[in-house]
Amino acid sequence: MITHVDVKPALKAEAKALSFYYGGTVQALKSISLGLADRYATALIGPSGCGKTTYLRCLNRMHDLYPGNRYEGALVLYPDGLNIVDPTVDPIEIRMRIGMVFQKPNPFPTSIYENVAYGLRIRGSMTRRDLDSVVEQSLKDAALWPEVKDRLHSLAFNLSGGQQQRLCIARALATGPEMLLFDEPTSALDPTATARIEELVRELKQRVTIVIVTHNMQQAARVSDYTAFMYEGEVVECDRTDKIFTNPANKLTEEYITGRFG
Amino acid sequence: MCLKNAIDKSIDAKVVRRRIQRSQLRDRLFGLAGLTVMALAFLVLAALLGQLAYDGMGRVSWQFLTSYPSRFPSQAGILSAWIGTVLVMLLTALTAIPLGVGAAIFLEEYAPKNWMTDLIEINIANLAGVPSIVYGLMALGLLVYEFQLGQSFLTAGLTLAMLILPMVIIATREALRAVPPQIREAAYAVGATKWQTVRDHVLPYSMGGMLTGMILALSRAAGETAPLITVGALSFIAFLPHSPVTSEFPFISIEWLFDPFTVLPIQMFNWVSRPQVDFHINAAAAGLILLLMTLAMNALAISIRARFRKRIHW
Repeated sequence: MITHVDVKPALKAEAKALSFYYGGTVQALKSISLGLADRYATALIGPSGCGKTTYLRCLNRMHDLYPGNRYEGALVLYPDGLNIVDPTVDPIEIRMRIGMVFQKPNPFPTSIYENVAYGLRIRGSMTRRDLDSVVEQSLKDAALWPEVKDRLHSLAFNLSGGQQQRLCIARALATGPEMLLFDEPTSALDPTATARIEELVRELKQRVTIVIVTHNMQQAARVSDYTAFMYEGEVVECDRTDKIFTNPANKLTEEYITGRFG
Repeated sequence: MCLKNAIDKSIDAKVVRRRIQRSQLRDRLFGLAGLTVMALAFLVLAALLGQLAYDGMGRVSWQFLTSYPSRFPSQAGILSAWIGTVLVMLLTALTAIPLGVGAAIFLEEYAPKNWMTDLIEINIANLAGVPSIVYGLMALGLLVYEFQLGQSFLTAGLTLAMLILPMVIIATREALRAVPPQIREAAYAVGATKWQTVRDHVLPYSMGGMLTGMILALSRAAGETAPLITVGALSFIAFLPHSPVTSEFPFISIEWLFDPFTVLPIQMFNWVSRPQVDFHINAAAAGLILLLMTLAMNALAISIRARFRKRIHW
């Protein structure tokens, strides 16, 4: 008897035989294939050095900032079928469409308002009123508005770590990204702040595709719909999160999630 | 205490305590040594300043600041010299700062990291250590003879600009490098281009450090004598350069750039080399004024840095 039909969701991005080399020689991704479901949260887990952050940073071409890095294969962004890692594709265009939240909160040393408005400012031609309303909406979406609405023009550095991270999420949301990348967003935060970020991720995935790298397996289980387990530059297993954590197909995955290594 | 059997030896509290006391003693000794060295350096500086002030203070007056040099020590003043210093510093800053900051931004943010960049970097560091007289000789050959700029303000300003250019580049690069890479990544991640990242983030956040470096470099230039003697500074100028502002259209004149120049250190050098003691007192007074100008510039640097640092702390 069939209890539920596993409908394959539409993909937002898909790695096809994607390889990545640091400094031209060190291979960090070994011809991986991994799809990211549209408007779902996918968690990337695996031991240190397995390539999960490397894969995440391929998605917005962050690797282009440092010399000698090289991509091979394809990383297709849907629905237009753009190959993200194609050298002829402008990384600026990619980053305008795909936002990122980093491991350590990294607000600009300017006001709260300017932090959120910056992405819009560089896109240009917005009236003050539009800017104000987008900033307000983004801060609301990042669940930060009630805490900062009376001090939008005070310094972002005066916020707590968790608030700073939510500010960074608001900054990424302001430009209406199609996909949001989280690189261990709570590793520098206390449990309360972590819970708020996780709550936020669960809300955001209704309308934007989320990829989250995490060292914390409970976090992956709590926030994600799909989980990919990576090991030594390869995707060992990628499946629905409940399946990965209850009934993994691969022995290595099982050993990792049960804490026998990594 | 038996070292051979370090693992299962019992910890003798008295031995441990004695060891701690000994290292605390060493700690205090080092602190004391540091204090002595610092006090020594400070005393030498204070003695120099004190001597200068003692000799020159009596001569500093409105008359001294508003008179031209004279063969009578009591009538001599430093009007042409201090105006010269201000104008030369202005020219130096206007040339060295844009060039130096531009070069530093290119080297730090744009240049590919290869042997060529390394070579340029090493040579900039070397240039910062070249004796100033060598810059003077180069300026004499290049600016005075080759470009026919004459023994003028323009030559002086450009000479000192060349002299401090490496310092400006090095200080600016240090300041740019102090901006954490995470901030750059944050800007790139929202879709900023390299220039937007530099213009909107890296430059404003490193402004404090940059300005400090620039003003320190300018302070050094203000005290330079050797290269300016080489390019032909005059030590007796009893007139002011042409005014940069005129009453006729286009109201701005560049004639002053080609006027003969002098600066405070040159004036001092001239006075010190005279036999009359009264001129030596004049030199001390001029030195005091130069020192005050430099200190004012440093104070400016400190206040600017404080203003920028108050907002930014990584």
